Amino acid sequence: MPDIVLEARGLHKKFRKGELYTSLRDLLPALARRAVKGGLGKSEFWALRDVNFQVERGEAFGIIGHNGAGKSTLLKHLCGILVPTSGELVVKGRLSALIEVGAGFHPDLTGRDNIYLNGTILGMTRAEIRSKFDAIVEFSELADFLDTPVKRYSSGMYARLGFAVAAHVEPDVLVVDEVLSVGDFVFQKKSVEKMRQVMKGGTTVVFVSHNLRAVADLCHRGMLLDHGTVSAIGPATEVIKTYMERGTAGAAADPDKDVYVSRVTLRDDAGAEAVQFDAGQRMVAEVEVTARRAAERLAVVIECRDEEMYEVFNTSTQRLGAATVDLAAGEKFTARLALRLHLAPGTYHFGVYVYRYDIQKNYDTLTPARTFYVRSLIDVRGVAHLEPEVLGQDRS
Amino acid sequence: MLTMFRLLSRHRDLLYMLSRRDVTVKYKQSIMGLLWAILMPLLITSAGVVVKIAMAQMSGKGVVFRDVLPVAIKAAPWAFFVASLRFSTQSLSNNYNLVTKIAFPRAVFPLSSVASQLFDFAIAASVIVALIVLSVVLSPAAPIPLTLQLLWVPVLLALLIAQSVGLALLLSAANLFFRDVKYLVEVVLTFAIFFTPVFYSAAQFGDRGKLLLLNPVAPLLEGLDMAIVQGRAPDAFWTGYAAIWAVVLLLVTPAIFLRLEPRFAESV
Repeated sequence: MPDIVLEARGLHKKFRKGELYTSLRDLLPALARRAVKGGLGKSEFWALRDVNFQVERGEAFGIIGHNGAGKSTLLKHLCGILVPTSGELVVKGRLSALIEVGAGFHPDLTGRDNIYLNGTILGMTRAEIRSKFDAIVEFSELADFLDTPVKRYSSGMYARLGFAVAAHVEPDVLVVDEVLSVGDFVFQKKSVEKMRQVMKGGTTVVFVSHNLRAVADLCHRGMLLDHGTVSAIGPATEVIKTYMERGTAGAAADPDKDVYVSRVTLRDDAGAEAVQFDAGQRMVAEVEVTARRAAERLAVVIECRDEEMYEVFNTSTQRLGAATVDLAAGEKFTARLALRLHLAPGTYHFGVYVYRYDIQKNYDTLTPARTFYVRSLIDVRGVAHLEPEVLGQDRS
Repeated sequence: MLTMFRLLSRHRDLLYMLSRRDVTVKYKQSIMGLLWAILMPLLITSAGVVVKIAMAQMSGKGVVFRDVLPVAIKAAPWAFFVASLRFSTQSLSNNYNLVTKIAFPRAVFPLSSVASQLFDFAIAASVIVALIVLSVVLSPAAPIPLTLQLLWVPVLLALLIAQSVGLALLLSAANLFFRDVKYLVEVVLTFAIFFTPVFYSAAQFGDRGKLLLLNPVAPLLEGLDMAIVQGRAPDAFWTGYAAIWAVVLLLVTPAIFLRLEPRFAESV
């Protein structure tokens, strides 16, 4: 009999968009208008639709999905900030959320005061904080700055203090949202270690992120959200694979577009379709462009972005010296480009544009078109993979 | 109300820390420090003195300490009431970041606003007590009767706090849904002093003064004046009227607040 600590049963959430009145100045005339004209329909949409899942005690559960898939909405339901339109959510024990580090920090208060303030906001009692105070300070490595107002802290110190408090709440269920990307690399590593330690201590962790690597590293099981519905649930690695294979290419092309990207495929050296590459490996990108109406001098622009959507690479067929392509209505062509992936391990998004340089016209944008994953046999971090080697450590 | 009380007692440490934050931040940011607490009552009292002098000029009588004291005694609680409503109205919208991110009883925000104002009031009140003691010592003949009627003071203040809390809960929630409520509150509070017996007493208007007492704060301020300066019991009928307001507000507004609470995070 599995020990379920968190369960969602048929969770639905409806949001209203459009006609929302946030001031009396807007509301009163609107009420008057409505009284004259009769009811105004409100456009509603489902942010979550029939979401069901169970999390067992001690399990690490990852929730992934594109922006707008409903991850944050689901998270807010888990924390009790939002109330579902229908369905129910059962939580056994104390649930604590790491949604934002340093929630409620006041810039004018000292580090010490903010530990107490932030701790009580996260649900600890003052006595509890007092007993854990030294551990929190030690973890944050900020003992020398305790009596400095946090407005004089660097953003890294700020995040460290926030994470230190949050890491010591000791809930039964811990909900984590993207906080592992705080602070410098050394502290990030420490945070991940703390997370592992928390999990070992029997705490159930729900991890919401589009940092696929962190999800793969930390979670046993996962769930993929797509437009508010659960589209995959199961072992974390399989869910991540589903997510990466799906991509967004082939999505209904806008009929108003004269020229559009009709297919994007990533292949490995052997010519097989792939989502996973080793650092330094060659990747071949095939971009198929279709013309509805005739178009001239087309070039294909490609880019790679990291998981934070920062651009790490960008080029185009024309900039590489290739000829531009003229298409008649109904014609298509496929550009094939090879890239050597000197990228550090992580998740990257591959994007495509169809562009005409002389009149600076962008025909179609598809970004991210594909998501791929780079792994490395050696421990390197950052964006670029510079293929490092230790040549010697001679004493002189 | 009981539900809210239970929720709050579970989060009393949070309430304490938030109130402390408001107080600490306020006194840290200003060079004037504790003077802040008596600044508002002092200004109101000074304005009252000016009004008194003007009235004295008209009627050809002089101004004595006995005329100023009631103004000071009524100015401090009035300043508390005004500041409580002013700060609590914006308490939820100012802490919107926390309201949308972390789950705990939202009532801690308006309540801690009132609590931090209560701290200011305590300072202002001690200054007034000191002044009264001083005046009694300096001129033992001063007409301030120290009678048992002083026992009314805590009762009247409790009623004032109850009214403040009730309105604070209501206005903070209202301002979250309608962001211009705070302007409305501001305007009403600015002019409310003319409709509240602070500079004058309702009795000066004769029978029509009763209309002024319909303002639920008015009987409490008048009561304080009677109990402290005049050594008389506050008017039973009007004090009861103010007490009914306090009780009704305390029963109704927590219920409204709790009803609306699930929608707080959704109204951007």
